[in-house]
Amino acid sequence: MAEKLLEIKDLRQHFNVGKPNEVKAVDGISFDIYRGETLGLVGESGCGKSTTGRSIIRLYDATSGDVFYEGENVHGKKSKKDLKKFNRKMQMIFQDPYASLNPRMKVMDIIAEGIDIHGLAKNAADRKKMVFDLLETVGLNKEHANRYPHEFSGGQRQRLGIARALAVEPDFIIADEPISALDVSIQAQVVNLLKELQEEKGLTYLFIAHDLSMVKYISDRIGVMYFGKMVELAPAEDLYNNPMHPYTQSLLSAIPLPDPNYERNRVRKSYDPSTHNYTEKDDVKMREITPGHFVQCSESEFQSLKASVAVK
Amino acid sequence: MEKILQVKDLELSFNTFGGEVKAIRGVNFDLYKGETLAIVGESGSGKSVTTKSIMRLLPENSAEFKNGEILFGGRDLTKLSDKEMQKIRGKDISMIFQDPMTSLNPTMPIGRQITEPLLKHQKIGKEEAKKVAIDLLRLVGMPKPELRMKQYPHQFSGGQRQRIVIAIALACNPQILIADEPTTALDVTIQAQILELMKDLQKKIDTSIIFITHDLGVVANVADRVAVMYGGKIVEIGTVDEIFYNPQHPYTWGLLSSMPSLDTDEAKLYAIPGTPPDLLDPPKGDAFALRSEYALQIDMEQNPPFFKVSDTHSAATWLLHPDAPQVEPPATVIERMKKFPGSRYYEGGAI
Ligand SMILES: Nc1ncnc2c1ncn2[C@@H]1O[C@H](COP(=O)(O)OP(=O)(O)OP(=O)(O)O)[C@@H](O)[C@H]1O
Ligand SMILES: Nc1ncnc2c1ncn2[C@@H]1O[C@H](COP(=O)(O)OP(=O)(O)OP(=O)(O)O)[C@@H](O)[C@H]1O
Ligand SMILES: [Mg+2]
Ligand SMILES: [Mg+2]
Repeated sequence: MAEKLLEIKDLRQHFNVGKPNEVKAVDGISFDIYRGETLGLVGESGCGKSTTGRSIIRLYDATSGDVFYEGENVHGKKSKKDLKKFNRKMQMIFQDPYASLNPRMKVMDIIAEGIDIHGLAKNAADRKKMVFDLLETVGLNKEHANRYPHEFSGGQRQRLGIARALAVEPDFIIADEPISALDVSIQAQVVNLLKELQEEKGLTYLFIAHDLSMVKYISDRIGVMYFGKMVELAPAEDLYNNPMHPYTQSLLSAIPLPDPNYERNRVRKSYDPSTHNYTEKDDVKMREITPGHFVQCSESEFQSLKASVAVK
Repeated sequence: MEKILQVKDLELSFNTFGGEVKAIRGVNFDLYKGETLAIVGESGSGKSVTTKSIMRLLPENSAEFKNGEILFGGRDLTKLSDKEMQKIRGKDISMIFQDPMTSLNPTMPIGRQITEPLLKHQKIGKEEAKKVAIDLLRLVGMPKPELRMKQYPHQFSGGQRQRIVIAIALACNPQILIADEPTTALDVTIQAQILELMKDLQKKIDTSIIFITHDLGVVANVADRVAVMYGGKIVEIGTVDEIFYNPQHPYTWGLLSSMPSLDTDEAKLYAIPGTPPDLLDPPKGDAFALRSEYALQIDMEQNPPFFKVSDTHSAATWLLHPDAPQVEPPATVIERMKKFPGSRYYEGGAI
């Protein structure tokens, strides 16, 4: 079995605790991320994907739960130096490229920020070369280094975010919708690039996205979230061929296809959480149905899922 | 059909330190009442700038109209004063921006951001406006909207922010809705819900929609017509069936071939080779020629005019010139053409 790079244990992140507008953004999720793999994370808008990512890299202090990176507790007490080390190993590409790029800084300095913090460049010329190389890596060019973020199109800005994350040569990257602002051809370029970098440098990714065909293509395993909980986790191929949780089924039935005639006649499945009819007594949790394929379910649902798999 | 908006020979540049960025280089299209026109095309091809110029939301110190007009209700929007434009914006024409954070005010509770345009453009009181706002938030799928009216944008997820922007844009029942990547931040189930909502609005008040997206699946779902942009120009325009089943421009072919499907498992995804044209110094011929295996000699020298494929379909490629050699489109495109009556690959049956 592959080596665990990260272990996430019963992670919770609640906002506005005790107020009427309390949000249980992440409500007790546990999973592992193996070294060198890509774990895809999908789910309804607002279900807690970004919050999960942000809590993992400790942008938020978790309400409860633990995150272990190479066996070390990320959320435990840390010296400044240790934190800096973690920050370099784990990088995040943010969902909102505009909000995450300082509008008053030139691209050169935005991308070099991490290089400067961690002292990775030998001298000014080296720093410049590193930035130029990174721009080229993400399909931009060195002329762009002297521009400000607002002078770029949405997709171009997203690539700046990717270049910035790559600058400090991390081991683990949380990519929060890194490609949704890009056109298909550049999506393909970026995805190919992420895969190449992974092979070259052995990177590990947590890949958050909505485009299910891309997620399937890039991921080894996929987790599906719904309202703060993980509802299904399985090898990518398996999740698509044999989705078991009704939310996953509804998600897969809604993927729009580039075929107008198909779209005119499409039938979507909707998901209504009340149909589970869970009671207090039901011990609803992740259970392994087939090897590596986990579904959140009650004991009785577990039995019938097992039975249906056996029939197949 | 009634034309509600006409964009004619639009040319627009940005004056930057590096020189003149020729972002829009002659764009023409009409928008009909009640239709959805999708604009697709490469990142940086000018989709957002085209629609922002309709709204007159480009930075005044650097953006410059070079030529052309944008006709709406008998008036040329490029010539209106800021004050006249303000009356149109948000009421007759409203826009959902690609980047929700740029259109939301980070320091104002979202409830007020939705009620403000209502109070400004419609004759309703504060309480009424608040009710409308909560209903709109519910319509765009926000759970427990009444509890979230007082919260600030940073307290919402990316997709929730996008839905708040959608609620603001829909608030005044606009005649034209410009939606720039409105659903890219959303999962497919909520996306489907929003698309239905936009279609309902369209049925109810005959809104015309300009829909910009990279997701060709979404285009197939919402569009009546599709315009394909490349390098600051429209290179192909037609009905949704014409563009998906009988595309003519090599860039459209490349676009349709780069879509991965759920069955894709090649080691590498297809990406159109090369880089987009430099808009500081755009090529003189077909801007796509340098990246196209279908380029002809003339593409390097002369910009192709539009050739008519049908009454509703035209494409700017020399390949449609009567003297051009006949070429084989990529295999995936031929598969599509097999379904299109009138295509030379047609194999019978309905689409
Ligand atoms: N700082 C905050 N204060 C209060 N609530 C918050 C905060 N950040 C996020 N939330 C709430 O937590 C929930 C999860 O948000 P999160 O951003 O993780 O969702 P997401 O799965 O990334 O969604 P999307 O796909 O739309 O980006 C949402 O209901 C959101 O409104
Ligand atoms: N304020 C500005 N100053 C200089 N150049 C600009 C400015 N705004 C946009 N541009 C340039 O104009 C061109 C068109 O940009 P636009 O935002 O319309 O692209 P787009 O087609 O919407 O792309 P995307 O799909 O990435 O959003 C790009 O090359 C961009 O860099
Ligand atoms: Mg998010
Ligand atoms: Mg854009």
